Amino acid sequence: MSAHSEAGTPVGASPETSAVSSHRSEPSYLSAGHTLRSWLFTLDHKRIAILYLITISAFFVVGGLAAGAVRVELISPRGTFMSNEVYNRMFTLHGVVMIFFFLIPAIPAILGNFLVPLMVGARDLAFPRLNLLSYYLYLAGGLLALTAAVTGGVDTGWTFYTPYSTFYSSSQVTMTIAGAFIAGFSSIATGINFIVTIHKMRAPGLTWFRLPLFIWAHYATSIIIVLGTPVVAITLLLVVAERVFHIGVFDPRYGGDPVLFQHLFWFYSHPAVYIMILPAMGVISEVIACFARKRVFGYHFVAGSSLAIAVLGFLVWGHHMFVSGQSMYAGMVFSFLSFLVAIPSAVKVFNWTATIYKGSVSFDAPMLFVFCFIGLFLIGGLTGLFLASLATDVHLTHTYFVVAHFHYVMVGGAISAYFAGLHFWWPKITGRMYPEVIARITAVILFMGFHLTFLPQFLMGFAGMPRRYHYYPPEFQTLHVMSTAGATVMAIAYLLPVIYLVWSLKYGRVASANPWNATGLEWQIPSPPPTHNFDEVPVVTGEPYDYEHLALSENEEADGTRAAVPRPQLDPAARGGAA
Amino acid sequence: MSAVSRSSHLSQPSHVAFDEVSHQFEDIEQQREAYVVGMWAFLVTEIMFFGAVFLIYTVYRTLNHAAFYEAHKQLDIGLGTLNTFILLTSSLTMALAVHWAQVRNRRAQIMALTSTLGLAGAFIVVKAIEYSHKFAHHLFPGGNFVYPDASIADQARLFFSLYFGATGLHALHVVVGMLVIGAMLTRALRDRDARADYIPVEMTGLYWHFVDIVWIFLFPLLYLIPR
Ligand code: HEM
Ligand SMILES: [Cu+2]
Repeated sequence: MSAHSEAGTPVGASPETSAVSSHRSEPSYLSAGHTLRSWLFTLDHKRIAILYLITISAFFVVGGLAAGAVRVELISPRGTFMSNEVYNRMFTLHGVVMIFFFLIPAIPAILGNFLVPLMVGARDLAFPRLNLLSYYLYLAGGLLALTAAVTGGVDTGWTFYTPYSTFYSSSQVTMTIAGAFIAGFSSIATGINFIVTIHKMRAPGLTWFRLPLFIWAHYATSIIIVLGTPVVAITLLLVVAERVFHIGVFDPRYGGDPVLFQHLFWFYSHPAVYIMILPAMGVISEVIACFARKRVFGYHFVAGSSLAIAVLGFLVWGHHMFVSGQSMYAGMVFSFLSFLVAIPSAVKVFNWTATIYKGSVSFDAPMLFVFCFIGLFLIGGLTGLFLASLATDVHLTHTYFVVAHFHYVMVGGAISAYFAGLHFWWPKITGRMYPEVIARITAVILFMGFHLTFLPQFLMGFAGMPRRYHYYPPEFQTLHVMSTAGATVMAIAYLLPVIYLVWSLKYGRVASANPWNATGLEWQIPSPPPTHNFDEVPVVTGEPYDYEHLALSENEEADGTRAAVPRPQLDPAARGGAA
Repeated sequence: MSAVSRSSHLSQPSHVAFDEVSHQFEDIEQQREAYVVGMWAFLVTEIMFFGAVFLIYTVYRTLNHAAFYEAHKQLDIGLGTLNTFILLTSSLTMALAVHWAQVRNRRAQIMALTSTLGLAGAFIVVKAIEYSHKFAHHLFPGGNFVYPDASIADQARLFFSLYFGATGLHALHVVVGMLVIGAMLTRALRDRDARADYIPVEMTGLYWHFVDIVWIFLFPLLYLIPR
């Protein structure tokens, strides 16, 4: 760990340097233009992140309303206000919007877009125009899916299983699939941009093992996106072709095989669950180190486990198809591999816990959301193992147990982490602090509401309540009502941040450059950052989470002595532009 | 504390136009490397895309081997071979275009790009002739699909679905390639002092070779089914 300040050769007051430094008065990216045009055609990754933030939040509201409608409908065993057709369309709308238009893009496209260049010390992503294109592809895909929803809706479930989707369903399958297809290209564009930026645009001295774990997580995510998304793209394209031209690819009459669809779909969609959770794990690593004031325990293992997940995640798709008629031996292999894929996730959870251990933990809102994440992800991951066991899955598959499992990981895990990240970087993004007390209360409400919603679903699933059913036997009513009550509590927990974060834009305390006293390049520049991020290219001379040294050097600075701090640093004068 | 700054945009090779380096890059080298990595990442995506197509085709060819064997006799091996020849030659001219862009031989580069474009056009024309024959014989798996041997008509329909699907997607890539090559040609025509960076041409070349390789797989898979 003896990386020292000699690593970079300091440049004296040469004419070049001062020419660069004279940009220092550059305004923040938020005030770099106020016209609508300056936002809609911006090439600045930070502004694109804001565009994504607004649009994705809107889709979250749509998906949330659909979820609310489904929960209200299920209060009574014979339904309350929907026909069967509407019910099927409602849960499909919920799934499609939440997965393709909220969870998959949320953390990469918002926080990743904003932070990846900052964390690697670059002025922007490698391909800013591609980045803007990805936003408009996302928007176009989303609007198409919404148009499909209001012009009849889809009733296939988010999984579009054949032959129902190709042959029987008379709903707006084609248009919805077109929406998901286009959104897929948006993810690919983002993934390529991240890969190139992380490979080629790291600041001098920022070696791979000095990268923040957030970057590792996004790197692994991008690999999955680039490898997996094209497969689901062609698969969905074939579903549309089958519907329109009856080409026979998934039709047994012509020698096609409907189950091949499931293989191809899950070849992408299992890795896709890691597209949703890996960036979340990256957020957790950043936040936990900062609020435990410790370096992340076992950095190399946490980084490596992201890659392990990316690789192993491609080998387990068959666990969604244990009862689809695949051979028993294939089932056994997929079951075994699914157990393996849980290991890297477990490595991360253990390492986070070890990071907290003996840390000086503070309980600010981002950290509370992290605790939400760990608690909920743990349950979600462990129940994944129940489902990965061949014999138990035959009983549990297609029940609410599966629904509860994936909501624990995706909603309890990914969305909690998203909130953790949003609060943690809010001062950096907006230049304002969010109100702390109410944010902490929100985290607690979320945690409780979540359990109330989804614990009962484990119980009813275990007792045999099938998923996607509109009517159910009366003995499940108590559990369903509990779940709906919990959903109401969660709705409050999701509504509160919308209100207080928007409030903080105007009334929040003005944030300093580094309100959490965190390491990381993004905290060494003003909040909100100037358009070109760094006045001078930073040179990194040490590991990413050097909180122990940070504490030491602060003491020494108080004593009047100055230590050479082996951590990402900028010219201290550059910080003068802060505040 | 380590306070170091690196100046940007200052040490570029003199033959590169200053404004060719986008603001997010330090120098032309970094920009070039970024384009190369980006292009390969994109090609990986494309490989997975066509990989799925090949997989689907392979599964169904294995399941319906006899019928696929019969159906593939309807394809015109002569035209297929001609197209293979055309596309391979176009890869050669593309590789030459890249070389001449690198050594800044503008005239030769323009020639090579024009030939590539012409060969790509020829490929599309031959493909169109093949398609029109299939349409004329009611072998397009639409409403009026008719296959001479009724006993395997259904599987033959699947074969032709896959044939049209795979070659159609490939032809789409050829057309996109033609647009890009056309853009490169326009760029070279405008660039009178041969100062433009060669990397866009090199990237076009990578893409074009990929399109070529896809055909190298499609041709034997579809046209040369063994008994
Ligand atoms: C710890 C490792 C995990 C294992 C071993 C695991 C295992 C499984 C299994 C076996 C199923 C299929 C159940 C069935 O349909 O019968 C399943 C479903 C699912 N899992 Fe996981 N899982 C894990 C982690 C995750 C994560 C991290 C996510 C998301 C962030 C996730 C999201 C899902 C979803 C969305 C489904 C249901 C898809 C559907 O049918 O609609 N899982 N999981
Ligand atoms: Cu899975």
